[in-house]
Amino acid sequence: MESALTDKQIISTLDEYKYDWKDEDVAGRSAKRGISEEVVRNISASKKEPKWMLELRLNGYELFCKAKDPDFGPFVDKTLEDFDYNNFKYYVPPLGEGISGSDSTSNWEDLPESIRSTYERLGIPDAEKKRLVAGVAAQYESEVVYKSIREDLAKLGVIFVDTETGMRDYEDLFREHFGSVVPGDDNKLASLNLAVWSGGSFVYIPKGVRVEIPLQAYFRMNTQNLGQFERTLIIADEGSDVHYIEGCTAPIYLENSLHSGVVEIVVKKNAKVRYSTIQNWSTNVFNLVTQRALVHEGAQMEWVDANIGSKVTCKYPTSVLVGAGARAETLSIALAGNSQMQDTGAKMIHLAKNTHSSIVSKSVSKNGGRTSYRGLIKISKGAAGSSSNVVCDALLVDNDSRTDTYPRNVVEEEDVLQGHEATVSKINDDQLFYLMSRGISEQEAMAMIVRGFIEPIAKELPMEYALELNRLIMLQMEGSVG
Amino acid sequence: MKYDKLEVVDLCVCVVNNKHANDQAQEKEILKGVNLEINSDEVHAIMGPNGSGKSTLAASIAGAPGYKVTSGDIILTVDGKTQSLVDLTADERARAGIFLAQQSPTAVDGITLSNFLRTAKTAIDGVAPNIRTWIKELYDTMELLKMDKSFASRPLNVGFSGGEKKRAEILQLEILRPKFAILDETDSGLDVDALKTVCDGINRAKTDAKFGALLITHYTHILDYIKPDFVHVFANGEIVQSGDSTLAKKLETSGYEQYTK
Repeated sequence: MESALTDKQIISTLDEYKYDWKDEDVAGRSAKRGISEEVVRNISASKKEPKWMLELRLNGYELFCKAKDPDFGPFVDKTLEDFDYNNFKYYVPPLGEGISGSDSTSNWEDLPESIRSTYERLGIPDAEKKRLVAGVAAQYESEVVYKSIREDLAKLGVIFVDTETGMRDYEDLFREHFGSVVPGDDNKLASLNLAVWSGGSFVYIPKGVRVEIPLQAYFRMNTQNLGQFERTLIIADEGSDVHYIEGCTAPIYLENSLHSGVVEIVVKKNAKVRYSTIQNWSTNVFNLVTQRALVHEGAQMEWVDANIGSKVTCKYPTSVLVGAGARAETLSIALAGNSQMQDTGAKMIHLAKNTHSSIVSKSVSKNGGRTSYRGLIKISKGAAGSSSNVVCDALLVDNDSRTDTYPRNVVEEEDVLQGHEATVSKINDDQLFYLMSRGISEQEAMAMIVRGFIEPIAKELPMEYALELNRLIMLQMEGSVG
Repeated sequence: MKYDKLEVVDLCVCVVNNKHANDQAQEKEILKGVNLEINSDEVHAIMGPNGSGKSTLAASIAGAPGYKVTSGDIILTVDGKTQSLVDLTADERARAGIFLAQQSPTAVDGITLSNFLRTAKTAIDGVAPNIRTWIKELYDTMELLKMDKSFASRPLNVGFSGGEKKRAEILQLEILRPKFAILDETDSGLDVDALKTVCDGINRAKTDAKFGALLITHYTHILDYIKPDFVHVFANGEIVQSGDSTLAKKLETSGYEQYTK
């Protein structure tokens, strides 16, 4: 089946960065910049949190203060030179002080016009109406403002709420898992997230429940210099199945914003989770994200990670295979254009017997953009009979762009199978000429080649996301000719 | 009826070798003053030994990268409008009416043949073809070329055999209906049955679109299926003799040696 959107239609949607509209910045204007213990305490107070959470936050802040910046990639090669933790606004409640995600509505009409129209322009209510998604969470600045879940799923016990509501209404389940996958001392940005987290999703899928169509979370930053620190916790109980999708956009400002979310996923025995990201932040957003899944016996974790936007992204979805026979797969797409750096990849930690992992990474660099594949495969002593395979392909559109591969393998067990393939290619003159000799413009021909290159991963996305990805690629290719 | 025309005037072309980006580009003159005039609905056959520059002529007309016109001109007249092709990009030439069937077209992964053809058709016609008639036209044409339908959804030329690539080129010719078709050794590597199938396709396309054709070949066999109005002998980068179809017959017995001394 060929894609429903013709290339002509894709071209006709060409525009500048499509999500660059700004709403009235009422909430953001009054917020102060910078991080301190007082800021942490105020966030907690504003959310009327239990004491144990305040203590976790303060611990996170302490760890953050002590921790050094990560020692790799953009952190050491000066890409993050103008990055200053005190330059961001750490908490911007969009509906006003003291109104948190727990107060979020499940009726779009309840939202202020400016926020509602944002989501309408992004097509979220429409997707919900058409039942393309089984549930929606929409986060604006620091808080979730809208959430809904299909009634039949709610009746089966599926929980899909903002993280604050998860903490308040499902305290035992929440406390058992919160911080169990990404501990507060994992890395400096995870410590920071623990200290100032706000928003995100709390998802629980009961035993044996299969959610057939995806749950979707949509993240939007509007305020200049905002730091968005959502915290998502997904628990898939034994034998359950869920697909969670996150999408991200922001307007373009002169000054940078920071997105530093933490995602924790627990995939219990024989359960299956797929987590898909379409990251299309504007090119002034630092996107420094920690995402990790614990994969138990016979369970399966799949990450589909598409990074197209942002100024700098550091993101390596990690699967820790803790139960025998666990499987994990990461499909990663990165597109870096002018002044962008996509430092992406995946980590697979094999801790149990007969565990299997696969990473397929495709990156495209153009107009001076930089992509790096950074990966870790660790097969621990005792993980006999395990296997891992890595394929990373990089495509360079021009001579100004750059790509690097940093694979790391730590294998402590002998009875394992491990494969690694890496290729770097340039857009081939013969291919370009062949397409152009049939009347197709250079820009369109390049976009076709790039789309063809990432097609093996794009086809894993639901149709409307694959089309969105195609459109974004066409957009990215604009101006790359000449 | 107003005739369209493709003229090659005193054309000199260098091949530019850019393999070493830092070095001075190596240039080698291949075409040394070629003159040719093709009217619509005419078939011109260009015959000649290996390395005589026949394929360079084809590539130069289509605007392939790596070929530099040092002097002379390529002039296209379509519907009374005359323009030089030399400064046009390959896609502009294609939209003006030029089609090149390549000797060994490249493979492109991730783009299906049908998607590619539809995009090309849309680019050339300026409007997307009607979806229902499009599928039917595509499949009907494929059937006539004895191509399995499954090729439509396969990535472009990926894993195609030599013969399958040739059929796919002629499929494009039939669907895109150019004003002038350049067929670069379309007959090479085809067995007798495949040659007939492919030539039937070329003849169908020509009957339909009334294009002028430039047929580049080593062998006279293809000329049994596609009757040339003119035959040109190509040697050392220029046309050394022209005649009608009887010239091809003579070449069959005498060979090219007399021209390459």
